Amino acid sequence: MGLLSTLIWLPVLGGVLVLALGQRESRPDRWLALGVSLATFVLSIPLYTGFDFGTPAMQFVERAPWLPMFRIDYYLGVDGISTPLILLSTFLTPMIVVAGWEVIKERPQQYMAAFLILEGLMIGVFAALDAMLFYVFWEAMLIPMFIIIGVWGGERRIYATLKFFLYTFLGSVLMLVALIYMYLEAGSFSILDFHRLPLDLNTQIWIFLAFLAAFAVKVPMWPVHTWLPDAHVEAPTGGSVILAAVLLKMGGYGFVRFSLPITPDASASLDGLMIALSLIAVVYIGFVALVQQDMKKLIAYSSIAHMGFVTLGFFVAWAILRNGNSADTAAGISMGLTGGMVQMISHGLISGALFLCVGVMYDRMHSRQIADYGGVINTMPKFGALLVFFALANAGLPGTSGFVGEFLVILSSFQANFWYAFLAATTLILGAAYTLWMVKRVVFGDIANDNVRALTDLNGREGALLMILAVSVLALGLYPLPLVDMMEPTLTNLVSQITQSKL
Amino acid sequence: MVTLTHYLMLSGALFAISVAGIFINRKNMILLLMCVELLLLAVNFNFIAFSHFLGNTDGQVFVFFILTVAAAEAAIGLAILVVMFRTRASINVEDMDSMKG
Amino acid sequence: MENIYLIIVLSPLAASVIAGLFGKQIGRSGAHSVTIGGVGLSCLLSLYVLKTQLIDGLPVYNETVYQWMSVGGINMEVGFLIDRLTALMMAVVTFVSLMVHIYTIGYMHDDPGYQRFFSYISLFTFSMLMLVMSNNYLQLFFGWEAVGVVSYLLIGFWYKRPTAIFANMKAFLVNRVGDFGFLLGIATLVMFTGSLDYYEVFAGSAELADKQINIVGQSSWSVLTVACIGLFIGAMGKSAQVPLHVWLPDSMEGPTPISALIHAATMVTAGVFMVARMSPLFELSETALTFVLVIGATTALFTGFLGIVQNDIKRVIAYSTLSQLGYMTVALGASAYAAGIFHLMTHAFFKALLFLAAGSVIIAMHHEQDMRRMGGLRKYMPVTYWTSLIGSLALIGFPGTAGFFSKDALIEAVGHSTIAGSGYAYFCVLIGVFVTALYSFRLFFMVFHGQERMDEKTRSHLHESPWVVTVPLVLLAIPSLLIGWPTIGPLLFGDYFGNAVFVLSQHDVLGEIGAEFHGPLGFLLHGLTSPVLLLAFSGVAVAWYLYLKQPQIPALIKGRMEFLYRLLDNKYYLDDFNEQVIARGSRLIGQGLWRAGDAMVIDGMLVNGTANSVGRFAGVLRRLQTGYLYHYAFAMVIGLVVLVGWIVW
Repeated sequence: MGLLSTLIWLPVLGGVLVLALGQRESRPDRWLALGVSLATFVLSIPLYTGFDFGTPAMQFVERAPWLPMFRIDYYLGVDGISTPLILLSTFLTPMIVVAGWEVIKERPQQYMAAFLILEGLMIGVFAALDAMLFYVFWEAMLIPMFIIIGVWGGERRIYATLKFFLYTFLGSVLMLVALIYMYLEAGSFSILDFHRLPLDLNTQIWIFLAFLAAFAVKVPMWPVHTWLPDAHVEAPTGGSVILAAVLLKMGGYGFVRFSLPITPDASASLDGLMIALSLIAVVYIGFVALVQQDMKKLIAYSSIAHMGFVTLGFFVAWAILRNGNSADTAAGISMGLTGGMVQMISHGLISGALFLCVGVMYDRMHSRQIADYGGVINTMPKFGALLVFFALANAGLPGTSGFVGEFLVILSSFQANFWYAFLAATTLILGAAYTLWMVKRVVFGDIANDNVRALTDLNGREGALLMILAVSVLALGLYPLPLVDMMEPTLTNLVSQITQSKL
Repeated sequence: MVTLTHYLMLSGALFAISVAGIFINRKNMILLLMCVELLLLAVNFNFIAFSHFLGNTDGQVFVFFILTVAAAEAAIGLAILVVMFRTRASINVEDMDSMKG
Repeated sequence: MENIYLIIVLSPLAASVIAGLFGKQIGRSGAHSVTIGGVGLSCLLSLYVLKTQLIDGLPVYNETVYQWMSVGGINMEVGFLIDRLTALMMAVVTFVSLMVHIYTIGYMHDDPGYQRFFSYISLFTFSMLMLVMSNNYLQLFFGWEAVGVVSYLLIGFWYKRPTAIFANMKAFLVNRVGDFGFLLGIATLVMFTGSLDYYEVFAGSAELADKQINIVGQSSWSVLTVACIGLFIGAMGKSAQVPLHVWLPDSMEGPTPISALIHAATMVTAGVFMVARMSPLFELSETALTFVLVIGATTALFTGFLGIVQNDIKRVIAYSTLSQLGYMTVALGASAYAAGIFHLMTHAFFKALLFLAAGSVIIAMHHEQDMRRMGGLRKYMPVTYWTSLIGSLALIGFPGTAGFFSKDALIEAVGHSTIAGSGYAYFCVLIGVFVTALYSFRLFFMVFHGQERMDEKTRSHLHESPWVVTVPLVLLAIPSLLIGWPTIGPLLFGDYFGNAVFVLSQHDVLGEIGAEFHGPLGFLLHGLTSPVLLLAFSGVAVAWYLYLKQPQIPALIKGRMEFLYRLLDNKYYLDDFNEQVIARGSRLIGQGLWRAGDAMVIDGMLVNGTANSVGRFAGVLRRLQTGYLYHYAFAMVIGLVVLVGWIVW
């Protein structure tokens, strides 16, 4: 069995084993879950060390017939786009297991199992090179997530899960139609064959819109974003982390894996729409985030705004070409794509950390309302310091990973149009305003009430988790070169794919 | 001379009566069962008429089947009717609307 | 040399990390020893670097330390550019920082956040060094934001005070508005030159001046003008120029050493430094220069007025800082970059001195900052008194002090300038001299002379501050008094800056003045006859008359000019505007978009609306399902008839 298969099925099997253990007093399930997730992480390291940085081709390829009747293959492989996302998933899952260590009281072993299975399926989504396999993983992933929110969620969890499920499912079904159409045209479900498939503009536009329905919901882009705040608010901490950190990235990944290379001409003709939606996400959602009273909702809205940068970076390419004023258009396009990709990874770390922070407070006070807090730093100095750090990272402080993507995307969008960059750069102000205002009301100030007075600082488990994330955020911000180098050949190849018309 | 047309007309009239009986009758479930029997009878009538005039016995074989099924149906129907009367103390058709949406 | 540069930058960082993460373990004395050690080392080496640049004549050092990343052929790196401009800034930054570190031992003596404070100021020193030593825009932006963050942390150092945590957020956000422009400026340069490196961008600057960019409709702008104005908006945020100056007075909520280090001597001058560093770009865009000039002149004069009506000792100095920053900016606008930097340097010394002296007064007064409850401190605090006097004289430009040389040269340069707006600027800076003298000596007289207005308990405890406080005062007083003498010649009229600062010959106002320059003494004698001195002295005289001789008059004037007083007391209502219109407006927009857009339209009408309409439709359909057998039978028969009919026909 190849490395990628191991990465996919090990956590799934582990999850089944954890389920089989059942609920026992000594809680062997969490040790098993931790062991499996750590093993997966360790096994994923060769993806980086053994990665060939010089080629845009797929690596670690595995291919076997699965349903030969329909020419569906079990076809796996990774390149510079998917590897970082897989590493992000394997890196975060052990954290979630640890974060739920003592906190989850009800059906804890099922909670652990759900996350393990989810991890396997997520890796499957990123590694699949066969469209049907991709689709199966893509939809299967909804199930554990549905269960996670629906079982361990807050009061309005049923509403939130239904909304989450229907939203995402509606989009995916349209994608399935597009995939089947392309199968009929190409005669195979291989994504790489789809890339080479010549399509006329009209067809491309329909396919593009079908993909858009699936990916825009996942990202989420305005105006199909309203499931996210509800889902985040109701989800348990671990669910929020994985939702923000990895699940949202599937949308962005879908755009670079499917929409851009398969329908370059449709992307070119609809890029105005995409840019407009992205900028609305940045500005509109920035304002909305400003007035949120619920911390999780605030971070959820901030996620939408940050993901707006991802889609902006992906779709400015054609505007840059049309403008044609810049010294080096290829570099501009490249910056946009790289910026979007880096932003995805970075947002995974930062928003994950912020949700963990909210979780830490929620475990103690059982409230997510900003108004219930105030002066937390007096009783939780270590936690306060870390929260301020992550907040600044969320506001895109240089030296943290949050800056890298935003910087590149703003530089890139400037090459397309002054006003794109102008609107995108308002995030410097809005992002700082909503995050720091929250920090001011939650962390700083005198002790607001007796509940805050009774708070205890981070225990070793929580401290370690947040420290690891802080170090990775800082490392990625100070030295993004390894990550960018990994993506470079793939993205360069993508630039040539998308700038070449299929007509 | 009694032709095929006469038989068919009779059977059609029987069928129409029974159908009307099904949806005009709103009171008694036994009537409903009887109408169903009448429906089957109308069909049997057709089979036999055709069988006789076409000189083919297949139709008569079918009639036997139908009679068997009709007997079973009547038995089950009456059994349901009895159970129904025990639990609801009524065999009024208008009371049977638990399938209402 | 590269190792030396690295040590200069990294030793404060290392010290900061140690003091920050292991503060508890190393204790108070450990924390201050390690940070003072780090910054001291950095200061010594900076002075050595200054020497190598100045005396040994080492060539300009421009190297990469490491590659941050590389995208599409655009290299993004961290590197150092060490020339004389940088060397001068490094020396000033590390020296003032060292003084502030030492002073802090005394000032923060009883504070529970002692280690944290040292960690922050060392971190600040690191960030500021990264900013000035950078050789590319990426690192410049890093330093630019990093100093902003440390300033954020330090203004909110006393996080229990509601005013402090309001002020720090305000400072950060206003700075972010500046950074917004700054980033767009950088983006402009990257777009048209494809590089982030200073020298590569400078090399293409002439080309940029000719290129046009459309921003609104068809009106086209020179690329260079857009870039320069963008960059300068960043400088307006950091160097607190009107209208982005509102954060600086509030930043006085932070501990006094911070006010001295960050909000007077170093961070706020980053904008001035940056514009001087970018002189090859600004020089080629007259529009941008005019913009700089007008903003600077407005700041210089109108924030000076505000200083006159303040009663908080630190706020008066804060407004004076604003006004002086305006002076520096005016110099930049008039292409007298060297004069701007020169004033930056002298100002760093005397303003840090004034702040630390104010801090010394505040310690003695038990953290009382209202000047109306001070007075007559002269006999209790001789060292503070004399050093304050030196600082105030330098500030108003008393002949022979450091401030005199820098300010006089600066004003004269503006007088010679021919750039559009220079007439207005000249007027502003001249009136500004009078205003400066008025508020500085108002402060001086109210604090050190006249009646003792404090309560009995405070008076009985009045005494001079400990040596850790007074030694930095004295050490700063020396350059405040003397630094002008040896430096004016080479800095302004010599070729000290060499290639670091670029001036077009038609803008070279300093060159014009330099033609008549015959040594500092001659400059001094020349200055004695200028109107500037007269204005300064009349300012002092008015202050003396109003606040010592006839202290009842100010109240009278206040009564007579109610409107003017209110305008000044409310800082031209800018704070109110920002709070009521911008901040509240944003929240209202947010509420509106959220409630109306997200909750009502998208969720209410589209999402739940779809669900509801499906529900309603089903509600209609369900009526068909009556549950009556005879209805179903009837439907069946109708269906059968229709079907048969359809088949037969």
